[in-house]
Amino acid sequence: MVKILIGVLALQGAFREHQKMFEYCGIKTVQVRMPEQLNNIDALVIPGGESTTMSKLLVEYDLLNPIIELGQKGLPIMGTCAGLVLLAREIVNSNQQPVLQLMDIKVKRNAFGRQRESFETDLDITELGELPLRAVFIRAPYVVSAGENVKVLSSFKNKIICVEQQNLIGVAFHPELTKDIRLHRYFINKIPV
Amino acid sequence: MTEQGTWKVKTGLAEMLKGGVIMDVTNPEQAKIAEDAGACAVMALERVPADIREAGGVARMADPTIIKNIMESVTIPVMAKARIGHFVEAQLLQAVGVDYIDESEVLTPVDDEHHIDKKQFKVPFVCGARNLGEALRRIGEGAAMIRTKGEPGTGNLVEAVRHMRIVMGEIRKIQNMASEELMHEAKKMGTPYELLVEVANNERLPVVNFAAGGIATPADAAMMMQLGCDGIFVGSGIFKSNDPSDRAKAIVSSTTHYDDPELLAKISCDLGDAMPGLEISSINKEQRMQDRGW
Repeated sequence: MVKILIGVLALQGAFREHQKMFEYCGIKTVQVRMPEQLNNIDALVIPGGESTTMSKLLVEYDLLNPIIELGQKGLPIMGTCAGLVLLAREIVNSNQQPVLQLMDIKVKRNAFGRQRESFETDLDITELGELPLRAVFIRAPYVVSAGENVKVLSSFKNKIICVEQQNLIGVAFHPELTKDIRLHRYFINKIPV
Repeated sequence: MTEQGTWKVKTGLAEMLKGGVIMDVTNPEQAKIAEDAGACAVMALERVPADIREAGGVARMADPTIIKNIMESVTIPVMAKARIGHFVEAQLLQAVGVDYIDESEVLTPVDDEHHIDKKQFKVPFVCGARNLGEALRRIGEGAAMIRTKGEPGTGNLVEAVRHMRIVMGEIRKIQNMASEELMHEAKKMGTPYELLVEVANNERLPVVNFAAGGIATPADAAMMMQLGCDGIFVGSGIFKSNDPSDRAKAIVSSTTHYDDPELLAKISCDLGDAMPGLEISSINKEQRMQDRGW
């Protein structure tokens, strides 16, 4: 196994679940709470959680600019749910300001409704093979519009919910809450050997 | 197949709150302060526990108008409390659209034997517990999140520490038991056998567990995190202190950086006075909220 280290942003949210998924794939992870913890990572995951909480802590602990720089230099970054919101260039109908602005997408927060409206469903994602992916949507966002350089990996009820832009993957649901590791594997394959 | 209100969807929201702070608020202004400080959710209440304790009498679910106003003022999840056993208050809270219902000992129970059948609801529930048996009974009834009770509205951490140590200690104890001992232990604890086996195998509760009841300082929050909880509820500790905004921010930071003492020391500087505290022995037995729940 090639020595790969994946950083998981651990300010708040479901970071341990992501770590477990990667560990299951035989890959080491490190929790990222401070800028120096970004130094030796080969990829970064921004987990689900509360995007407002995470964005405040990103600014307060000087993680914002280092992550933007790494993303621009080509570091593979995957954001799930809140992570998708943090990656977006623009957030619609929200008092929350855009944060990392790495992906050329407009997202809507809590777009499927409140917790009462949260759901799980089966998604077809061609890149992951024929079997559908069970996806858990919790107060989830969706992508309202995406730039030309953004590849749509999956939609649900005509809403874009999984996107890819070069080194970046944005996911509206929570692949870390299931036992299906295919999306994590797809992300790992983005790391240059 | 698309499904709502599944166990995964209910417990999933609690997973997303982990490592965060849930703050009690009584109006939209406080809710904004909490959100701006980085709270991962707010608990919408008519009065914080310290005021409920002071007012005495019967404490009930908040007026839905208060809850709705708070829901409109913030984008983070909003929780609200129903009385223990009061399934109609819970039905109303679900109709209002809150994101989590807290079947809470802070309010006056309406049923002294039964809790709400939480599996009947699409909205998830959080419940208080003082030990593993109580936590697993609540999970058996459908609670998708647990918080250790502590003693609400006191600003005194001793009960929160006691309850967290009991829960974590009991988990450590049963994971070392021989499998044939678990049925007897389930009987002694008054807890569903299957859930106890699950805890023994996974070495943790089946749902997320937050600490509550007495947290007043960043060090309090970090201590509860170091004892093994997944996140923090702060009730009276924020809006009964003399600088709620700074204290709220400091408690959020200390919950994230709970194992970094140097940073915690910086976070704890210049916060002004914490809420006034209450000695537990000064509270009459009948007024101890932690004893509510069966």
